[in-house]
Amino acid sequence: MDLPVVVKDIHKAYGKVKALSGLSFDVKPGELFGFIGPDGAGKTTLFRILTTLLIPDSGSALVDGLDVVKDYKAIRRIVGYMPGRFSLYQDLTVEENLNFFAGIFKTTVKENYNLIKDIYQQIEPFKNRPAGKLSGGMKQKLALSCAMIHKPKVLFLDEPTTGVDAVSRMEFWEMLKRLQQQGISILVSTPYMDEASLCDRVALIQQGRLMDIDTPQAIIDKLPGRMFAITSPTMYKVLLDLQQFENAVSAYPFGDSVHLHVIDEGFETVDLAAYLTGKGHLGFEIKLINAGIEDCFMYLMEKHPAHA
Amino acid sequence: MIILFGMPVVQVLLFGFAITNDIKDARIAILDKSNDYMTREITNKLLSSGYFILGENLDKDDQIDKVFRKGNIREVVIFEKNFAEKIEKEKHAAIQIIADASDPNMANLLFNYTRSILNDYQRQLFKDKQFPMQIQTETRMLYNAELKSVYMFVPGIITILLMLISAMMTSISIAREKELGTMEILLVSPLKPLQIIVGKVIPYVLLSCVNAVIILLLSFFIFGMPIQGSLLLLIAETVLFIIMSLSLGIFISTVSQTQQMAMMLSMFALMLPTILLSGFIFPIENMPVPLQYLSLIMPSRWFIIIIKAIMMKGSDIMFLWRETLILVGLTLFFIAMSVKKFKVRLA
Amino acid sequence: MPESEQIAEKRETIIYVRDLVKRFGSFIANDHLSFDVYKGEIFGFLGANGAGKTTAIRILCGLSTPTSGQINVAGYDAYLETEKIKQNIGYMSQKFSLYEDLTLEENFTFYGGVYGLSRKQINEKTKLLLTRLDLLDESKTILKALPLGWKQKLAFCVAIMHDPKIVFLDEPTGGVDPITRRQFWDLIYEASHNGITVFVTTHYMDEAEYCERVTIMVDGRIDALDTPANLKKQYQAASMNEVFLRLARTARATGL
Repeated sequence: MDLPVVVKDIHKAYGKVKALSGLSFDVKPGELFGFIGPDGAGKTTLFRILTTLLIPDSGSALVDGLDVVKDYKAIRRIVGYMPGRFSLYQDLTVEENLNFFAGIFKTTVKENYNLIKDIYQQIEPFKNRPAGKLSGGMKQKLALSCAMIHKPKVLFLDEPTTGVDAVSRMEFWEMLKRLQQQGISILVSTPYMDEASLCDRVALIQQGRLMDIDTPQAIIDKLPGRMFAITSPTMYKVLLDLQQFENAVSAYPFGDSVHLHVIDEGFETVDLAAYLTGKGHLGFEIKLINAGIEDCFMYLMEKHPAHA
Repeated sequence: MIILFGMPVVQVLLFGFAITNDIKDARIAILDKSNDYMTREITNKLLSSGYFILGENLDKDDQIDKVFRKGNIREVVIFEKNFAEKIEKEKHAAIQIIADASDPNMANLLFNYTRSILNDYQRQLFKDKQFPMQIQTETRMLYNAELKSVYMFVPGIITILLMLISAMMTSISIAREKELGTMEILLVSPLKPLQIIVGKVIPYVLLSCVNAVIILLLSFFIFGMPIQGSLLLLIAETVLFIIMSLSLGIFISTVSQTQQMAMMLSMFALMLPTILLSGFIFPIENMPVPLQYLSLIMPSRWFIIIIKAIMMKGSDIMFLWRETLILVGLTLFFIAMSVKKFKVRLA
Repeated sequence: MPESEQIAEKRETIIYVRDLVKRFGSFIANDHLSFDVYKGEIFGFLGANGAGKTTAIRILCGLSTPTSGQINVAGYDAYLETEKIKQNIGYMSQKFSLYEDLTLEENFTFYGGVYGLSRKQINEKTKLLLTRLDLLDESKTILKALPLGWKQKLAFCVAIMHDPKIVFLDEPTGGVDPITRRQFWDLIYEASHNGITVFVTTHYMDEAEYCERVTIMVDGRIDALDTPANLKKQYQAASMNEVFLRLARTARATGL
């Protein structure tokens, strides 16, 4: 069976700006694959190339064994695409949108209803409401349903959770997990680091380059050294002192604690405690923690500094 | 930038050259029942004045009607039998001038020019004779006896309105999908460009038809425009014109990136050339030759001929097949170009 | 990060809201909101999309008038003195950006002019802020050429260049990489340290922790208003994310 996506050394530039610089990766069948990176990393450009909307400057890409440049017509029949902005017809109702997208793919809502049932049931009470009057979370669900309605082989979701609140985001990923069970390969891009852990594998992208690609756990395991989380009644001062700590690779605020990354082999919690006490801090707490994807992302960013 | 500055420049040039009220090379027909030295002299004078060109030489009265319906001839000059003889013996003879008054301004002008040339000839001829001799002229304004200028304007307005509104409606449609982002999704689907284009044109056909019916009703009831010819033919031709305008709009849409540009192109870039080069205000014959050629591709020009012919002259398809065919051709051309220019990718 | 001592010192109220109601026809976007914001505070304004945050912010910025309630911003009344409010605040959002076709310098000059700063003041501020961002060498670069993270930091600087009393930030770090996000918050801390009150909305729950106090809006009402530490205790949550999820899930399932 063909791999859902195969990308070899893709380059794409817009004038002087290099959007993608030599990207290569594969996606395995039935995988929930995440592209994690900030705006400007190249996620949308990559997705547009894979959905045949843009032609790469060099390199090749295959979707389900079909070439994105030569076989674009065939690819357009078998993929589902949810582009960045909510691209629904705002003045058509929920039901009308669904029927429209089913129609252009020469199928009906009934035929593949079981595929979208879970999602659709949540918006069904509003089926006669114009799409423009739905909340962000609801629009998302409708857009996903419309992208799925023709039972695509590969689903491309470009930043589906951007600008949406935490609750809706969680619900959305729960839906994706359930969809995965239907055997569809799903590629999702997102700027939210915490969503990485919900994917089978992730690619960390920054300024058109792939920093790493692996399962979330493997990426975390690869991080050298140890991660400490420090809380204190005087957080700001602690942060400044830790940033000046010579032994540390990095010290960053993370919500209510500071994450300190140390690679030194023999370095222990007691050593850190000694340093802080030496700086006059009292009442602080140090915990040894598992790093998260965000920690790894920042570490890799510093390792491969971006060129302006 | 080009549109912002180029457009006004082009339009001013167009305007300047096209607008002229002077008569030049108007096509007339002569029915000379005498064929004597005097009628030939008069004919010569008319034709060498620079105002008139000989379109046709007629032999019989019943040819007159046909020649007007064909639409090329603006005026027929008829010399009665034994013209020269009558002048010499009876001191007067008659010339009949029949003008196509579906363009009343033009008809009036032509008549006046003709009359003044005749007066000139009269003076010249009889200056050394004692007795006043007269060339009597009898005039008939065909199709528009009262010279109602409404008859001139309304067909033109119908044409312009239908064309601009239809073109504008569709020109915005595809550009809007591009702006909103829904075009991306349409592209990543099995839909072929032709399907998308036709899908965009069809709903507006109905809307434009409603528009057209309202306009025609208003012209009929309020302005008193006659409908001498077949109503069915009128409706059919109107629908054809609408489809052509919608296709033009779609074509503009495929080359515009934004709705704004589409609007500017369809409204402003189209408007003046359509009005000026269609010949409904300023006669085409009077324009510089390059502009005359340009006017050949103006669909408005052909439709005005059709609409005037049906409404005022009662012409039927036999006379109008050429113009109809041109409209069909233009429609197919715009659709083909739209499909060709339609971008299957984003960049 | 807040120092609990700081709150006790800065008790001067700079935004005063009592029973703010905003109605659109029969829909109540803001349902009797009441809160104070203290001078120099970093105040977090959280809530799901559609909860009423943007409506409230527009009223506080003087961009729209309330249906009822007492609102005082930077000492000016929100009904009668909206122009004075606008002169004394700064605003920046993810969507609103600077002019992409102008250079960095030109953007500062333009907005400085809008707020009535003199040539001298504009030049001083431009130099100061660009140096702070380490972008002085790029002052003549066109904005379009910079990556997003830099644009956002610049937009913040432009928003505070006229030393406003309050700066309103509407999801300022959306889509920005994690390192730049933290640099952005460094800027926020400095501004707060210099006496500017910061009113910020965000979808990043870890950023909620950086605020001194936080409110969470649900269905047009304020369902929580306290320091992050207190809220976590109250809801027995390990993080602000959990607090938020717990509250936001109670929202009416209206689909709106």
